[in-house]
Amino acid sequence: MSDSIALSPLAKPFVEGLLRRRLMFQRCDACARAQTLARYACQFCGSETLTWDESKGKGKVHSVTQVGRAPTDAFKALVPYTLAIVLLDEGFKLMGHAESSVGIDDEVVTHYVEMLDQVLVRFQKR
Amino acid sequence: MSQAYIAGVGNTPFGRLEGSSALDLMARAASAALTSAQLSRQDIDGVLCGYATTLPHLMLSTLFCEKFSLRPDYAHSIQVGGATGAAMLMLARELVVSGRCRNVLVVAGENRLTGQTRDSSIQTLAQVGDADFEVPNGASVPAYYGLMASRYLRETGVTSDDLAEFAVLMRANAARHPDAHLRNPITVAEVLTSKTIAAPLRLMDCCPISDGAMALVVSAEPKADVSVRIAGAGQAHFHQHLTAMDDVLNTGAAHAAAQAFEQAQLSKDDIDYLGIYDSFTITLVMLLEEIGFAPRAGAVNKLRAGDFSQEGCQPLNTHGGLLSFGHCGVAGGMGHVVEAWRQFKGLADVRQVKLPNQKLPKHAFIHADGGVMSSHVSLILSRED
Repeated sequence: MSDSIALSPLAKPFVEGLLRRRLMFQRCDACARAQTLARYACQFCGSETLTWDESKGKGKVHSVTQVGRAPTDAFKALVPYTLAIVLLDEGFKLMGHAESSVGIDDEVVTHYVEMLDQVLVRFQKR
Repeated sequence: MSQAYIAGVGNTPFGRLEGSSALDLMARAASAALTSAQLSRQDIDGVLCGYATTLPHLMLSTLFCEKFSLRPDYAHSIQVGGATGAAMLMLARELVVSGRCRNVLVVAGENRLTGQTRDSSIQTLAQVGDADFEVPNGASVPAYYGLMASRYLRETGVTSDDLAEFAVLMRANAARHPDAHLRNPITVAEVLTSKTIAAPLRLMDCCPISDGAMALVVSAEPKADVSVRIAGAGQAHFHQHLTAMDDVLNTGAAHAAAQAFEQAQLSKDDIDYLGIYDSFTITLVMLLEEIGFAPRAGAVNKLRAGDFSQEGCQPLNTHGGLLSFGHCGVAGGMGHVVEAWRQFKGLADVRQVKLPNQKLPKHAFIHADGGVMSSHVSLILSRED
């Protein structure tokens, strides 16, 4: 399979982490809080010193949807699929695929799937 | 202090307009707006344009000015997704109030339906998601809104049935507008059995993709008879991506609205017309409830009581909104303002609101959002006789 390419250097540690099946996130050196998505400055205190850390991959489902209409031809073959946003125990949120039976507040753990030449997060119930 | 007034409005029909380019549509709406405002080309000294996904041009405003034969002192385009139209009107107000411009043409249009394949449009729109964290999952705009809806329903107790009633109301309104895209009446049962797009959202919870254009002129001069003043405006930008939304109950809408009410020195009770962005049924319900036109999970009760109907105390999107009048990008969100203007002027034909006192509306509240409740713009319009 081809290597995934981070579209921004900012998110490269996250995207490369997926290839190694590791979930990477930024943490603020000043206030120690985890960041959702990739940032240039802490979303809580504004400090510009953020360090990448590895998540244990455990969390709770925040929101969930079953997609019945895919945005690209490649994903149309996979319809219906389930997407969820999960609040990881470290305190950041992440969107990923999920097993179809997950519901809000379910405890989940991060797995990885190879899908359409990329490694994606898939949340499964614990 | 100087004031800013909406001097005139214009629109094309929305729907499938084969053979029209984005510029064609913009020109038609702009021409109608100049006629409505009773202004000539040389009166226009400012031009604000939206963007068009079918015409990604570096200088859309200048391009439009050349083709439409305008030579303004001030022009550029703006991009804040669905909030662009309201943001342009807010800026036009600032330009007029500051004395920079006398008459600002605000225009947007797009052949979003016929100018590209539906797949291409859906794929383009999905790119409002985070390129590294969201889009690779095969997430679409409806998927972002479906995720958000799942959380909102969980936290508030709003149901899919409640959402469906708003789709039915918008369709009933659009049936009374000759320029609306979708005019066949629908029922709650039909909404609830339409194809699942991104649960809990079904096809009829989603706005259509349309061709169309809207234009308005914002002017320093009041009209001799009825003037429509932009009395207040406000914005909020808390996040871009859904994953980064802190709280589904506090997306920025209330923050933007509070600034608009403060500037206009008005309160929600003064409002007797609502033009609220409705890209999806969930958008409409969340905005009504966060801004405070209904309590949490209470918007549907106000709808059932008739408050949002043509005869109600706060008529809502009487043109049919994005859900049924249609959505062609920037112009879609301008439709709510154009309709409010016509209601103020008594020009809404069979859609004219019937307030209890038999009078025309006095104060309208307009709200638009771009992205996934990402960019918020509120406007308050007041009728002055």
